[in-house]
Amino acid sequence: MADSSIRPGQFSSQEGAFAVRAEQRGGATVVLPTGEIDLNASPFLRQELKRIQTSRPQRLIVDLAGVPYMDSSGVATLVEAMQFARKNSTKLVLCGMQDKVRSIFEIARLETVFTIVPDVDAAMSV
Amino acid sequence: MAQPASSSSSPPKSAVGDIGEPPQIRLQLMSNPQYLSGARELVGAVAKRLGFADEACGKIALAVDEALCNVIRHGYGRETNRPIWVSIWPLIEPGEQVSAAASKARGGGDTLPSALRIVIEDEARQVDPAVIRSRDLEEIRPGGLGVHIIKAVMDEVVYERREKVGMRLTMIKRRTPEADDHMDRSNCKEYGGG
Repeated sequence: MADSSIRPGQFSSQEGAFAVRAEQRGGATVVLPTGEIDLNASPFLRQELKRIQTSRPQRLIVDLAGVPYMDSSGVATLVEAMQFARKNSTKLVLCGMQDKVRSIFEIARLETVFTIVPDVDAAMSV
Repeated sequence: MAQPASSSSSPPKSAVGDIGEPPQIRLQLMSNPQYLSGARELVGAVAKRLGFADEACGKIALAVDEALCNVIRHGYGRETNRPIWVSIWPLIEPGEQVSAAASKARGGGDTLPSALRIVIEDEARQVDPAVIRSRDLEEIRPGGLGVHIIKAVMDEVVYERREKVGMRLTMIKRRTPEADDHMDRSNCKEYGGG
């Protein structure tokens, strides 16, 4: 569901209680999901990331500060995005992870596979 | 509330201890991902009420979420109208569930269980439990992490075929002593999400 109040270069879409917003910042595309990412929300996130990645951004930042919970379906969605990014020479960076979300990356031993930094500012320069 | 087809006349039997009494909680939900958040919140809140620390509550809710996801995706092939049952037994000692009499003998509502047994049952196609295992984490690819996560966050995990139809997953999480230090019943949080 597009939000007409968003400026050109930005978009916002929503599926139930889960929403995805994206904006351009200094040559990077910043994606801001909001809500829990489980099997109910991850297909929508996957769809939105795919749509964003078709424009082959140089740097794609996924800011997870608004995500209090993620299960393995969310992790799988981000792994898929990372693989797509590598094929297209896009630098994919994750930031803003809450402890509960970070722990699932650690359990899956993916915390070193992704580039993970504290916040968007750090993600712009890493 | 409907009972699993194979256990409607007798208590379920599990490889992780005999389950001689009805569960303290039994939730039936349809295999629709929309209900995952509600199931997580219920299980996390129950674990909190039973004295588990915040981190353990989150892990228990995560394990239930992953188990339900596996049933929905692999068991039912994403059909959204098939039944799943989540049953919960607080355990005083490993292998001993809390009965009303036992709870009363130990001081009633103040009794904290030493562990939580959670059983998830379905009517999906039966598979050999031996083939349900974690995948190699060195292989970086989407999917296949659910079983690994469940085994990583729970203390005991057993898959088995139900007597007539479907599969049963029994998970046990033990309460660590430090959980008591963190317990604050007046400040219960929700554990489905944040």
